[in-house]
Amino acid sequence: MHPSATTATPVTATAPDALPQVPHDIAPLLLVPLLALLMLPLVGSLPIWITLTVAGLAMGMMIFIMASGLTLIFGLMGVLNFGHGAFVSVGAFTATLVFLPLRGWLEVDSLLLNLGVLGLAILLAMLVTGILGWAFERVIIQPVYGQHLKQILITTGGMIVAEQLINVIWGAEQIPLPLPASFRGAFLLGDAAIEKYRLIAVIVGLTVFAVMFLVLNRTKIGLLIRAGVENREMVEALGYRIRRLFVLVFAAGSALAGLGGVMWGLYKETLTAAMGGETMVMIFIVIIIGGLGSVGGCFIGSLLMALVVNYAGFLAPKLALVSNILLMITVLLWRPAGLYPVAQH
Amino acid sequence: MVQAQPPMSEPLLTLNAMHTHIGQFHILQGVDMVVPRGGVSALLGRNGAGKTTTLRTIMGLWPASQGSIRFDGKEIGKLTTPAIAQSGIAYVPESMAIFSALTVKENLYLAAREGEMDSVRLEWIFGFFPALKKFWNYPAGNLSGGQKQMVAIARAIVEPRKLLLIDEPTKGLAPAIVHNLIAAFRELKTTDTTILLVEQNFSFVSALADHVAVMDDGRIVHAGAMRDLAEDQKLQQRLLGLSLDSHQ
Repeated sequence: MHPSATTATPVTATAPDALPQVPHDIAPLLLVPLLALLMLPLVGSLPIWITLTVAGLAMGMMIFIMASGLTLIFGLMGVLNFGHGAFVSVGAFTATLVFLPLRGWLEVDSLLLNLGVLGLAILLAMLVTGILGWAFERVIIQPVYGQHLKQILITTGGMIVAEQLINVIWGAEQIPLPLPASFRGAFLLGDAAIEKYRLIAVIVGLTVFAVMFLVLNRTKIGLLIRAGVENREMVEALGYRIRRLFVLVFAAGSALAGLGGVMWGLYKETLTAAMGGETMVMIFIVIIIGGLGSVGGCFIGSLLMALVVNYAGFLAPKLALVSNILLMITVLLWRPAGLYPVAQH
Repeated sequence: MVQAQPPMSEPLLTLNAMHTHIGQFHILQGVDMVVPRGGVSALLGRNGAGKTTTLRTIMGLWPASQGSIRFDGKEIGKLTTPAIAQSGIAYVPESMAIFSALTVKENLYLAAREGEMDSVRLEWIFGFFPALKKFWNYPAGNLSGGQKQMVAIARAIVEPRKLLLIDEPTKGLAPAIVHNLIAAFRELKTTDTTILLVEQNFSFVSALADHVAVMDDGRIVHAGAMRDLAEDQKLQQRLLGLSLDSHQ
């Protein structure tokens, strides 16, 4: 029967019968808990282990927020954006436009008020970095699609220009960014001290991951992004204008970097124009560990790297300097394309 | 069920002196070809003759450096790939290019640009590709080669298209699956869709095609009815280097 001969109705669930098991690759998922458990006897003290683990998870979440946009940008667009760190710095400095005038509210020990100011700062930072990302893609990136060497040169140049512009606008001095009153201090869990801000960072990181997971898996635009990361050409052959998707992903990735910049700035409590550039090594390492284009891989890679840095910093401080590189080498020896590779370029 | 076809005298696709360069290489050197409306047209030729390049150039994946491509009465040679796809052409590449991280359902859902998938049409597709129903929520990357080919073809026909460009669908497939594909294409022939098929498997093509064009060195060197080529072994030998044994 010709299909168009009858009335079309939307497809509902089509229950498969005797479906074989879908093989799940869970080995990378086990790395984070395994690493944490393995470190417990080496650290030797449960309270210290809890403190180190929570600190590592919080740091990992912030790195994930900064890196997640870049992994999509590289995975989907094949763009090596060495200027991604500029959006981290711009985001953090933009937040001062909210934090500094509302300094009085930050000193009030009210979680609601402090969260409100933080939310406002994050919104402004994401808006500004999102718009800048859109302009950056249009002006800087578009002429160099497919030309990796030029991308490295021009985006690195873009970051230098952005840093100098920050110095022009906000001055070359460091800007102190004290934590809001209710974010300071720590909860005591037995003898373990868990800093309040680190818990907030974990919550924000998990929220970002959950939103990205939902968007990528439950929306058509998310499916298009995932499909585009695998095969841009075929997405175009299906009739979708992938360049529009590029702009959207680039702006969203830049906005996420801006959000990460706000969180990272509060974590460091000091802002410098170079802070974004300084995070780029970590960002690239977690993207490579996670597998290019994989948000899930980036999430696991971020947590792994931050935990390794924290444990190494306690157990062998000299090793901490190279621990992230050693981690990357180890992962790549195991899985040369990263934990969950999806991009095919 | 045979649909009413427009007159065969109005070609659906016309390539006129089409040239394609890839880097410094001049691959297509003036391709002239007509694909009539309806039925299956086959594009044959030895490896490297330019068959895949012809399909990719029609899709706009490699731009034509000269010549014209007219589809359904309109010039599409300067359009972008998405615009060409939206004009009613679907493409199944040799690599199949299924999205392996997406489920079968998601692969087909993306191909349904109009929005929701038509359940009646899906059941029609499941009729000749039952495996797709079984593996509906299964990651496409975990399917066998034959099942992936089914996904790739189903993706191209999940909504009605005027022209399907299919590149070597039988490559690497077991004979039983090739028989299934022949049945599926015969079913497709009963619809309004026209198929331009690039193939190396002469038996497969001769079982399906109504028209044939043969390429060599980036040009069309023969065009005519498939039946004539299938019956003329000397012509096959001359154009394709085929012996009788090769397609028994």
